[in-house]
Amino acid sequence: MIRIVIVLAAASGLNYIAWRWLASVNWESWWIAVPLILAETYSLIDSLLFGIAAWRIRERGEPPAPPGTGFTVDVFVTTYNEPVELVVRTAQAALDISYPHTTWILDDGDRDEVRAAAEELGIGVITRSADWVDRPRHAKAGNLNNALLATEGEFVLVLDADQVPDRRILDRTLGYFKDPLVALVQTPQWFENVPDSDPLGSQAPLFYGPIQQSKDGWNAAFFCGSNAILRREALMQLGISRYVAEVEQSVYRAITTSKRLLARAREEAQGDRRVTLAIRRAAEIVETARAEIIRGDGISDVTYRFQRGIDLIASDYADSEIALMRDNLRELAALSNEPDAFASIDAAALELLARRDTSPVAAIEAISLLTKALDVDRGDEAQAIMPMATISVTEDMATSMRLHGLGWRSVYHQEILASGLAPEDLETMLGQRLRWAQGTMQVFFRENPLLQRRLSPGQRLMYFGTMWSYFSGFPALVYVTAPVLCLAFGVIPVTAYSLDFFARFIPFLVLNQLLFWVVAAGRPTWRGAQYSLALFPVWIESVTSAFKNVFLGQPLGFRVTSKTRVEGGRPRWDLVKPQLFVMGALVVALLVVGIRIAVGQAEGIAPYVNIVWVIYDLAVFSIIIRAVLYRGPAATTKETS
Amino acid sequence: MTSIDVREADGGVVLAPSGRLTVVTAPELRTTVAERITAGDKIIVVDLSGTEFVDSSGLGALVSCLKSARQAGGDLRLVAPTEQVAMVLRMTNLDRILQPRASVADALNG
Repeated sequence: MIRIVIVLAAASGLNYIAWRWLASVNWESWWIAVPLILAETYSLIDSLLFGIAAWRIRERGEPPAPPGTGFTVDVFVTTYNEPVELVVRTAQAALDISYPHTTWILDDGDRDEVRAAAEELGIGVITRSADWVDRPRHAKAGNLNNALLATEGEFVLVLDADQVPDRRILDRTLGYFKDPLVALVQTPQWFENVPDSDPLGSQAPLFYGPIQQSKDGWNAAFFCGSNAILRREALMQLGISRYVAEVEQSVYRAITTSKRLLARAREEAQGDRRVTLAIRRAAEIVETARAEIIRGDGISDVTYRFQRGIDLIASDYADSEIALMRDNLRELAALSNEPDAFASIDAAALELLARRDTSPVAAIEAISLLTKALDVDRGDEAQAIMPMATISVTEDMATSMRLHGLGWRSVYHQEILASGLAPEDLETMLGQRLRWAQGTMQVFFRENPLLQRRLSPGQRLMYFGTMWSYFSGFPALVYVTAPVLCLAFGVIPVTAYSLDFFARFIPFLVLNQLLFWVVAAGRPTWRGAQYSLALFPVWIESVTSAFKNVFLGQPLGFRVTSKTRVEGGRPRWDLVKPQLFVMGALVVALLVVGIRIAVGQAEGIAPYVNIVWVIYDLAVFSIIIRAVLYRGPAATTKETS
Repeated sequence: MTSIDVREADGGVVLAPSGRLTVVTAPELRTTVAERITAGDKIIVVDLSGTEFVDSSGLGALVSCLKSARQAGGDLRLVAPTEQVAMVLRMTNLDRILQPRASVADALNG
């Protein structure tokens, strides 16, 4: 049944878009006609990806029975700045999980109150080891990576601080791991503090449901950061393979760029003989390293010999420096009355100058860069092994994509086994959505799934599909602009709003809605549809900021989601200015077209098509008003009771 | 269980973990190596001829130890892995970085 609808929806969509491209773009108004047809093409691709995914939708039903005992499990409750009561509530429930396990609080805030509360519960607290001082912390990914090296269970259940687990969560999921290739079991995230009307669109019934089930059918259900169980062996294997790949990359890059680097340094030395000599010797040992790598020597050995070579240059350089200094000191001593005054300086200075990082050779930037890159210790990172991906502020998706790349399997288990807390105010909600979208876009720009050779074609499309949907901000902008232009100024981007148009557009629209409806199988979808259009400024910002972050190295301006309501009272209209502006424009357009029709200036069917369109847009955007006025779940319960 | 045999040698120290080097026994290796580094040993040789099995956490421990040894100005070298261990090293490509030597003497001599 679903497959028939998928085929029909795809056929009608392709038919419509082909006609739009070939026969109905109004080139006279190309500046809006082209964006519109591009936006429509975007939506068609979105719908095709949705259809391809749903082709294999997989409902797993009852899970396999868990092994009696014998699996060892660590339960991680991750926290950074959430209120202690919240953490304790989750930790207590984690402790009560029925399958044998060890519970840990991963307190990235390293708070005494958390430690005291944990002690009372009799559970361990893991905080960052000394290795993390002055090194990138990598937020939650770093927190988890640190804990993975401090614990030893075969499986790890990850819970956000607000996600209170059901006692049966392990009993219902561990059975999947009897398949030795399963690395991940993800269960839904569901929020208890959300009224049925869900004004902030917190619940994701479509995502934690048919969408993940669709991906599951392609072995591409992905990790969502919480309420998931992971196989340690898979994570550690991922950590090792990433370590190898990154060291190799760094070493190869250093060797291939060394010539240019050293040549530039030689120029900058401007004839300083000692510096030139050091650079020439460095070039020689890089050359040796290159030859050794080509020969197939282990990178560890090659880099070790390289580092020793640099040390030798550094100590020779230091020797000559010392000789120079000694002469100076002797002259100074001759002037001084106390003959021994400078004797002790000598030894300490020698030691300092000969050390790799403080020697004057390190001041030759090219050499110090090469020394850092041609090494196997990943000295810039706290841990050599980083199982959780650190390329994105949302470590989860990137990690599972890499696990799939190594040939591991994932499972999506459709049963609510934890209940969490969603943001209760607009500002927090917007921050959270922006972070998710930015994280997804970072992965898109850094490790584009379409280019991952080790993923199957289906898996590539599944990851790509999720990322594609986050580009919706740009078409959304077109979808609100085009009808306004048409109604207010009579600019018509489509040449024929005629029978031709309706004969193609209506089937596409209807079949797509039908597909959506069949796949959703009774779940509410309207809220999600509203937000995917109405949060267009968030989606656009996520793409632009992630682009700048990945390619220009600019910071994202990342915030941790606060789990509790920010008290403040006043509705925050300022947070949704672009949306209010759009709504204003839509209303004005309606008024203008009313006048134009009344005076007989607007003719034909185009205005009426666009009036319907504007009314639809307004219905979509109306959620923004409700979101701004939303006073939290407590207020809603009072209103309805 | 693993027990780690520690033997002083000319030019370094030889650690020989016997049995299984896994998530359970990896911390022991890490602590032993950390102790030797603090004691001033530079070249740490890990003799794998008595190690029957290693998992990814065991490999992770070897990499962590390599990192600590290098940061202390020393080095860590692997020697004579058994068949299973050699296979895991190959599978993860870790042998491209840590290429095992045939004998302890080889490892100590450069």
